[in-house]
Amino acid sequence: MPKVTSDPDRLAAFRKKAAAGARDFDFTTVSGQPVELFYDPSSVADLDHDRDLGYPGEFPFTRGIHPNMYRGRLWTMRQFAGFGTARETNQRFRFLLEQGQTGLSTAFDMPTIMGYDSDHARSLGEVGRMGVAIDSLADMERLFEAIPLDKVSTSMTINAPAAVLLAFYIATAEKQGVGADRISGTTQNDILKEYQAQKSWIFPPEPSVRLIVDMMEFCSEHVPRWNTISISGYHIREAGSTALQELAFTLANGFAYVEAGIERGLDVDAFAPRLSFFFNSHLDFFEEIAKYRAARRIWARRLRDRYGAKDPRSWLLRFHTQTAGVSLTAQQPENNIVRTAYQALAAILGGTQSLHTNSMDEALDLPTEKAVTIALRTQQIAAYETGVASVIDPLGGSYFVEALTDAMEAGAERYFAEIDERGGVLPCIDQGFFQKEIGRAAYAYQKAVEKGAKVVVGVNRYVHEGEEPEIPLLGQDPALEREQAERTRRVRAERDNDAADRALALLREKARTGENLMPHILDAARKYATEGEIIQVFREEFGEYHDPAYVL
Amino acid sequence: MEEKIRVLVAKPGLDGHDRGARVVAAALKDAGMEVIYTGLHQTPEAVVEAAIQEDVDVVGLSILSGAHMTLVPRVQELLREAGAGDVAVFAGGIIPDADAETLKAGGVSAIFGPGTDTSEIVAAIHAAMAARPAAPES
Repeated sequence: MPKVTSDPDRLAAFRKKAAAGARDFDFTTVSGQPVELFYDPSSVADLDHDRDLGYPGEFPFTRGIHPNMYRGRLWTMRQFAGFGTARETNQRFRFLLEQGQTGLSTAFDMPTIMGYDSDHARSLGEVGRMGVAIDSLADMERLFEAIPLDKVSTSMTINAPAAVLLAFYIATAEKQGVGADRISGTTQNDILKEYQAQKSWIFPPEPSVRLIVDMMEFCSEHVPRWNTISISGYHIREAGSTALQELAFTLANGFAYVEAGIERGLDVDAFAPRLSFFFNSHLDFFEEIAKYRAARRIWARRLRDRYGAKDPRSWLLRFHTQTAGVSLTAQQPENNIVRTAYQALAAILGGTQSLHTNSMDEALDLPTEKAVTIALRTQQIAAYETGVASVIDPLGGSYFVEALTDAMEAGAERYFAEIDERGGVLPCIDQGFFQKEIGRAAYAYQKAVEKGAKVVVGVNRYVHEGEEPEIPLLGQDPALEREQAERTRRVRAERDNDAADRALALLREKARTGENLMPHILDAARKYATEGEIIQVFREEFGEYHDPAYVL
Repeated sequence: MEEKIRVLVAKPGLDGHDRGARVVAAALKDAGMEVIYTGLHQTPEAVVEAAIQEDVDVVGLSILSGAHMTLVPRVQELLREAGAGDVAVFAGGIIPDADAETLKAGGVSAIFGPGTDTSEIVAAIHAAMAARPAAPES
């Protein structure tokens, strides 16, 4: 580390001079964290290169998980897509692959996320709206028609019913002649953040965690290239948390999954290498970069030093990033292209393994083909034109970024201690701890925007007078819902009903034991039992969760 | 003393995006209203039952799943059936302009999209209350 100036008076005099005459502006980060005007070697006086940074690809991985990072392989450009029925989304997937996208990412509709078939009363009006409707293996087969599952990796944003959707995917691969050992991808499968932030739960926490551990166990044996959980800060941030809360709560959830696996009797090195992460990239450029760097360092230290992981792959925090949906404005929507580009850059400089860039129209509707193409091009321009992928962790050694990385780590450690004092992650969920922390941060931000302390261009500053410029929206044909419901009724009518019923009965029986449920879910999937039928068995056996409804 | 305006903030449908609903609930409470929040994943029937039970003046529906064209009219219909057609209904979320116009034509007082200032929502509720015919003497 460079030496601090030998003349402290000179530094004090400079600070005094520089602090004068600041314009009237809120210089805190988007999370409300104060930052200094200026950083120098004294800001990182305790930093030890080998201990705290190391080389890329070496413990504690602050600078990145690979020794050559993007010179070896660029991040995966993975645009999240899904709407309508499997047919529409299959077309969008094929379009994205033709445009040079390198991985698939599936958005499911709310009934699929909540475990209802498209013909269920609660699905009315929701089918295919926020994502694609998948009710059975038949839909999954159509979703991946003409997409060889041994050639692409697929991410699925699915949580409470993740085991069922993974079973559909495995069974689809089998039909293509691809064994489970040859497929790769990710199920989000992070139920803890659902209770905290995203709020798409079905069952209470304990049986939900059991299903997750069942998947971890099953995949470590049969689906070795599957990332079983994508431990997600994204939704925590979207729900209104600060960057620090996103970091701390996400990693705390990660530790909880590791502990659940160890409690099951699994060897930490058997499952930890398949855990991956998913972070938000918000607008505060350096705060985001520091967050990713701190995340890698904290995870590596904990996994090695507390959980005794010996395999270096267990120490690596690999992550996907999505730019911040919540930062997009419905006003002057083209400005969102620029916001997204800055956020993408922060993710790249932070060393992400894959990236989704939001489309400009997403505060208004699901994205059009044109909007999603611009979003993908944003990544391609960053990757091939700007030079940012040529040098690893180019901000490493910046006094500011290193100081911010240290502050992030220290702040996260304070949260971990508080969570421990409250009894751990599950008790904190029961107490509403995360929910209230996030809710308070969201409300504080809203008030800051309304006072004008935080500027949102086009919303509270530089507002467009008169008509907003029109951009084309995707829209949706209401007939799709009826068509999908009809298709699912047909699947039930045409399958071997005795076989499906037997598989569901066996599943119910096994749900009452401690046995791993994954093979039985897979069997029911192969028999064309629907998602709603499988989840209904679990609803009856495990019960349903209800949220504490309070007003801040 | 003037009675507080009673507002039910509700999340009908299946989506879990409650950031907006909770922020609006907190802002209305800070503006001096009595706010009841339903919690998530409510059926239209449950929303209306809560509205009747709590005797509210206003129902605010937050929907970000795209199901607004089904859920909002259904809540209005059930309110009318329950004899509570005078309850003002507001909606917020990701609701395209064309849909917003249709909903307003169907009697929804106002629709609030992303970027709305909470003071605008407070003002709209006050305006709707002022425009309401005086309650008959009982």
